[in-house]
Amino acid sequence: MDFGFSPEQEMLRATARKFLENECTSGFVRARMEEPAGVTDEFWAKLAEQGWLGLVYPEEHGGSGLGFVDLTVLMEEMGRVVMPGPFFSTVLLGGLAIREAGSPAQKKEWLARIAAGRGRTTLAWTEPSARWDAAGVTCAAREDKGGFVLNGTKLFVLDAHLADVLVVVARTGEGKTPEEGVSLFLVPNGTRGVEVKLLPTMDQTRKLCEVSFKDASVPAEAMMGVSGKVWPTLARVVERATVALCAEMCGGAQRVLDMTTDYAKIRVAFGKPIGTYQGVKHKAADMLVDVENAKSLTYYAAWAVDENAPEAALAASMAKAYVTDAYRKVAGAGIQLHGGIGFTWEHDLHLYFKRAKSSEFTFGDATYHRERVAQLINL
Amino acid sequence: MDLSLTPEQEAFGATVRAWLKTNIPHEWKSIGSSEIPRMEQYEFLRRWQRTLFDAGFIGLTWPKEYGGRGFTFMEELILQQEMALAKAPPILNVLGVGMAGPTIVAWGTEEQKKRYPAKILSCEEIWCQGYSEPNAGSDLASLQTRAVKDGEYWVINGQKVWTSFAHVSEYMMLLARTDPNVPKHKGITYFLLDMKLPGVTVKPLRQITGEAEFNEVFFDNVRVHESQVLGGVNNGWAVGLTTLMYERLTLGFGLQVRLRIALEGLIDLARRMEKSGRVVTKDPVMRQKLAQLWIDTECLKYTGARAITKLLRGEMPGPEASTGKMAWVDTHQRLQELAMEIEGPYSQLWKGSDWAVEGGVWAQSFLRSRANSIEGGTTEIQKNIIAERLLGLPKD
Repeated sequence: MDFGFSPEQEMLRATARKFLENECTSGFVRARMEEPAGVTDEFWAKLAEQGWLGLVYPEEHGGSGLGFVDLTVLMEEMGRVVMPGPFFSTVLLGGLAIREAGSPAQKKEWLARIAAGRGRTTLAWTEPSARWDAAGVTCAAREDKGGFVLNGTKLFVLDAHLADVLVVVARTGEGKTPEEGVSLFLVPNGTRGVEVKLLPTMDQTRKLCEVSFKDASVPAEAMMGVSGKVWPTLARVVERATVALCAEMCGGAQRVLDMTTDYAKIRVAFGKPIGTYQGVKHKAADMLVDVENAKSLTYYAAWAVDENAPEAALAASMAKAYVTDAYRKVAGAGIQLHGGIGFTWEHDLHLYFKRAKSSEFTFGDATYHRERVAQLINL
Repeated sequence: MDLSLTPEQEAFGATVRAWLKTNIPHEWKSIGSSEIPRMEQYEFLRRWQRTLFDAGFIGLTWPKEYGGRGFTFMEELILQQEMALAKAPPILNVLGVGMAGPTIVAWGTEEQKKRYPAKILSCEEIWCQGYSEPNAGSDLASLQTRAVKDGEYWVINGQKVWTSFAHVSEYMMLLARTDPNVPKHKGITYFLLDMKLPGVTVKPLRQITGEAEFNEVFFDNVRVHESQVLGGVNNGWAVGLTTLMYERLTLGFGLQVRLRIALEGLIDLARRMEKSGRVVTKDPVMRQKLAQLWIDTECLKYTGARAITKLLRGEMPGPEASTGKMAWVDTHQRLQELAMEIEGPYSQLWKGSDWAVEGGVWAQSFLRSRANSIEGGTTEIQKNIIAERLLGLPKD
């Protein structure tokens, strides 16, 4: 047993930390918050150059063939700087769905493009019902003239306005269970009948869209995987993306803790640094426990996913439930310990506080995942 | 990162598993509610620890020449996990195995190392810990029990309090002040004290559960031979602290294991009890609470695994080694509160009532769990330590 990172992984961490501290400064993040793109072409090209856009894709498709434990390191660093832009949606949602469910032709076309920074995608999954289970998929895909016609509305879709192609979750039929009949389609953005609307969001570093389909026709080749039988594959994709999200959240939480302890050492009240007072110390200690525990469960989930371990689904849900609460608590405590300055727009804390909140409701909140844990341990 | 075991480790696990299957006494019924041995179990648990010792399943990381097996923390971890899965009885000499033994192995003279550790493992000699005093709890270094040199002997006078197991112990890890004229941390010496010496008086203290599991210990001119000093005169603070990290880890495994056993017991309880006419495990709110405890219990295991990995690699454990006690306390106290909530009005009934669920054992362990955030360093002190040593916040 060795439950730690390898020297290569530590090197990746050091490289990522240096790169992101230079390239993804607070000023850069704030500028991206104000514009729809969420990223610059220059920055995106640099991510591709580092090999990070294809980190978890097979080498035959232009990737590095690395695993989720490697990715965890990178995600922690990205979370540390609240990195904006379509990395998550492209690499871990749309791209991962293509890796898992795409036909050889779809993989060949898209994975290499994504890895090279020349293609962006996302996953159009959740709907106005805001459900994360299969029953939430009501968007209809009707067979028509050898192809399919899509109708319905997708909501909370990450970066759809930036995607060249959307991976759309739609229902091709009804079965005995809600899982039956769920299918995946690869739909080019700009297809007639597909409308993408960028929505104002609390966390401006995450761009959310509404994607509506009105009699949007796609050819039969647009289908990914077996008609009506892709739910387990989709669940796998989401499980993996969830673990990556947890890692990103751990990185953000760690950064808030660092900012807060640094501040507590220099901010003076009643003639002493506020970190001298137990009221501050104890809250900071609680933050550390939350952060360390969040990491433990995330690393375990990353390992389980990489190993295709039978407990991977349980591990992912345990992590998301815990990390969700931990990041929210830590970000809130960070503001509290900073006092008034932590409540200002000028200070970066609100970026983390808002990212914690948007992450909370991405792929299921803590309540949802605790119930999943209950089911998976046969409660 | 690799959580899998080597074939040798797998084989070791299988050996332990098979052994536990045939050797856990039939009369042992794990209710899974109590992490601390209860008095009525002492004789049974003494025999159980002896059985473990004879089979070589205790003190795995201790050197062979002192009664251990010379294994790594990995084997210890495997053993503890198998114990949890088999719901094995706890060990009785928990302070001896968790603290006294490793401290003696680290600091003892050859004579001391040959004399004490093996008898700790076999449970021939139970140990208690003489640290806390009426005026030295969280501020332990201000302890006042005095040791004055008289020839080859040290003469001890003073009092200890909250001393678990003192009434059944053969030896005590005693911290006493040997030099009152230096800063408080620097004048303390660590003694290996024979509890049968004249002048040692043990008075049981009745605690919140109604039992007398801990004690007051009085020293009235107790003469301790100088050969019973561990790690040098006036070096007691360092002796007491250095091995603390390792003890936290090994005790930490054990605690995680007991917690897992308790949680399984709690889930069994939840399956049998009803709330508002519905089985507890079908209640959405209770499912949330049970799932959270499951997550927190698993989390302790992986935080422990991160710390052990650092030890196995020969590195210093990081923050993850220090947060374990706090996280464990929080989880265990919530677990016990939840047991009360699951039992509902039945949680009010004490042993002796036919209506009491499982003989009222959960009510007892619920009360006992209040001590968790006080014993072995209060949660408040743990937080100060974390804030100052790990986060570098200034001392007052």
